[in-house]
Amino acid sequence: MGIAVEGLTVRQPATGRTLLSGVTFEVAPGESVAIVGESGSGKSLTVRAMLGLLPRGLEAAGTVRIAGERVDDDPRARARQRGGVVSLLMQDPFTLLNPLRGVGRQIADGLPRGADAKAEVPRLLAEVGLPADVAGRYPFQLSGGMRQRVGLAAALAGGPSVLVADEPTTALDATTQREVLALVRRVQRERHMAFVLITHDLRLAFSTCDRVMVMYAGRLMEAGGAAAVRREQLHPYTRALLAAEPPADRRLAVIPAVAGSVPAHDAVADRCAFADRCALAVAECRDGVPELRAVRDEPGAPAGVPAVRDEPGAPADVSAVRGESSAPAVRDARLSACLRATELPAPPAPEPGVAPALPVTADPVLRVRDLRRTFAGARRPALDGVSLSVAPGEVVGVVGESGSGKTTLARCVAGLERPDAGTILLGGADCSDYGRMGRGAVRQARRTAQMIFQDPYSTLNPARTVGAALGEALWADGRPAAPDDVARLLESVGLGRDMAGMRPAGLSGGERQRVAIARAVAGEPRLLICDEPVSALDVSVQAQILGLLAELRERLSMAMLFITHDLAVVRQIADRIYVLESGRCVETGPAEQVLDAPTHPYTRALLASVPDGSSGWLA
Amino acid sequence: MFLLRRLAGTAVVVALLSIGVFCLLYLAPGSVQQTLLGTRPATPETIAAIQARYHLNDPLPVQYLSWLGGVLRGDLGTSIRTGMPVADMLGQRLPLTLALTGYGTVLAVLVGIPLGVAGALRRGRAADRLVVTAGVVGLSAPPFAVGLLLLVVFAAGLGWFPVYGVGEGFADQVLHLTLPAVALAVGAVGMLVRFSRAALIRELDQDYVVFARARGLGAPAVLGYALRNSLVPILTAAGLIVTGMLAGTVLVEVTFALPGLGSLLVDSVTFKDVPVVQALALLLTLLIAAVNLLVDVGYSAADPRVRLGGRPS
Repeated sequence: MGIAVEGLTVRQPATGRTLLSGVTFEVAPGESVAIVGESGSGKSLTVRAMLGLLPRGLEAAGTVRIAGERVDDDPRARARQRGGVVSLLMQDPFTLLNPLRGVGRQIADGLPRGADAKAEVPRLLAEVGLPADVAGRYPFQLSGGMRQRVGLAAALAGGPSVLVADEPTTALDATTQREVLALVRRVQRERHMAFVLITHDLRLAFSTCDRVMVMYAGRLMEAGGAAAVRREQLHPYTRALLAAEPPADRRLAVIPAVAGSVPAHDAVADRCAFADRCALAVAECRDGVPELRAVRDEPGAPAGVPAVRDEPGAPADVSAVRGESSAPAVRDARLSACLRATELPAPPAPEPGVAPALPVTADPVLRVRDLRRTFAGARRPALDGVSLSVAPGEVVGVVGESGSGKTTLARCVAGLERPDAGTILLGGADCSDYGRMGRGAVRQARRTAQMIFQDPYSTLNPARTVGAALGEALWADGRPAAPDDVARLLESVGLGRDMAGMRPAGLSGGERQRVAIARAVAGEPRLLICDEPVSALDVSVQAQILGLLAELRERLSMAMLFITHDLAVVRQIADRIYVLESGRCVETGPAEQVLDAPTHPYTRALLASVPDGSSGWLA
Repeated sequence: MFLLRRLAGTAVVVALLSIGVFCLLYLAPGSVQQTLLGTRPATPETIAAIQARYHLNDPLPVQYLSWLGGVLRGDLGTSIRTGMPVADMLGQRLPLTLALTGYGTVLAVLVGIPLGVAGALRRGRAADRLVVTAGVVGLSAPPFAVGLLLLVVFAAGLGWFPVYGVGEGFADQVLHLTLPAVALAVGAVGMLVRFSRAALIRELDQDYVVFARARGLGAPAVLGYALRNSLVPILTAAGLIVTGMLAGTVLVEVTFALPGLGSLLVDSVTFKDVPVVQALALLLTLLIAAVNLLVDVGYSAADPRVRLGGRPS
């Protein structure tokens, strides 16, 4: 029962590439398992292959049993099982629903044949915590969190016994993420479903699931009970991944980042996939692929499965699709694909926190007073009287959820958006309205402040080489772009000189963001405006980029206006913090004061929504 | 709300174009009196009659308003060539052109959209490549050349269809209009194939399609989701096709010797029958504006975000 996957391999026949191999795992009914990994780890492909929903041009091999039935070689069995036995909840609530069909009808489309939609749709909506009148609305009339709840209701409509969720909360705000995850877990327990959660966030996995599997470059690296893995990681990669996630409760001097990036599966086909980035690697690590094997049993590990299987209040049709109610065996065995798993040194003690830089009292490089902006057709202003200042060399964090106005603020300061009212002083010059400034004044403003953006994939012109983009930035600063300058600029952000001839399409997300940073700091601006610069990146790349920004700040004594929704990230980099809610600043102060002793309820809610890895986080 | 706005927009466009149409009179070579007199002798009496009839001594805006007033009352002037009221001439010719355009559109939609859907569903395979190639051939074939080819093969050669004329009775009329309608539809099929195939392929790759499959919806339901979402680009293409066909009738009606608006336009332009040309231009403007308005109505029916003021994502 549940899921049993053995020897799963995904290949791309057209290119002969193998994307993942040898993935074996089981999930019992009522059990929840997280598959954790960075992009390129193969976590999404694993479940897509398991469900027979691989993108065009990919082929899977290996055996997959769902609810006791072998389905990998039988497309008709798969079609029969979808919805009624196994269902998938997808990542982006803004694209997973048909935009042109009413919510109620979409949910009703997934009901088993003969079901009474009039009774079932309101019942499903109630189960996911939505009022019945949502059924009459269209997806575009709902918020992201509500859409994801509708997605869950639609995924549950067929009464599945296996639920797979592919990063179901990545696109949501932190507070919404916690609500939606708590809901998914509650429903999964009540319905006694086998549950697979795909996530890039190890702490989130610890908090949400009974067991955790870590993937890297298309292979399983480590598996075990969530609490046990959280206590002690038996693979160096898991340790590196965990260490790269910045803590929300203290500031680290340096976030430990592993150099390099996730290799392609085929590039490491003959050795441990992590060996080339591993500080503990020995010669044998490169002599063959280490097998995932049991390292030790931990009989004392707490069983994570709740005893709600035969809850009398459960709806009748749900118990009908449940498997046999045999007690799910939580496998306590710790599996690791590291040859040296038993001899790994004890994990280092948590790094102590460091204090952020002392406040600077010099004349501010940026002063914003009472900034207001209302978009046409919006019900409330995006910015409703925000004031802030940034001293030279100071990093000021602006935190808030989507709709708080933080990005509008950044865009106003950079002159990409015109405020309705208020003043912006950049280096003492009035830059409230770039449209009315002379050419020289705009040029001066651009030399004072530069911006980096969230999405590394759309920030660079795909038609221009990296060298041309950087040369242009140097030229805009009034410096003749000698080839050597471009090379030096590339080196200053940790890229090779040879990258100048490449186009963005050939670069990874982290490399693109480094190029974007190099472009922004080419003229050595006094202020760097960073709009969510790491939120589209994997944790290990995020750690690298945060390290780079901290280093550039030291070297160029540059101030930063750092926009983010992530309190753990802002803790690592900001000296002072402004908390925005609905276009107003609700709290401000030195970073440790705001994060350790928040006074405003909104700040406290934001802090509580940061996953801490404990199993009580969702409660 | 949306429809009211569109209606107002259409009214403004038609009003502006009517000014342009009125100015045709002054753009024609020679003096206005000469143009309006045509081949009649230019005696002082006839000139005075013309001047009184067309208010030629009034300032231009007044002339325009009196012309517009006449148009709104159904008085489109008198044909120089036949001496008949222009409105009557149009009334005789309009049904044929509308029937031809309608027939061509129905053929194009019935053939083009299913072919596009079939291509999208079999993307990259032989059937798809055949559909794409056929679409390109259709798009690049000019209607009058296709018309000649059809005439030679199916009317003159095989004798399945009449060579010219409109026929009597419904069945016979349909038979007579089939070849001209096919000639008009060939290019439109090519366009619809491309638009519907591209739109459906894009929609089939969307998350909501994968999600619908993953939660067990049957293949027809999933295709229904994707088709409904492809409707807006397909409607856009259909609107362009209908307006293109209205223009295409000019050549096809001449090729097949059909007494429609197109052949009337050709005759009138040749004869410098300015009142008729004016009226035809105005009528085509109105028809095209009406088609665009219908497409907008179609958008709002297909997409609740247009109707309810949401932001299309």
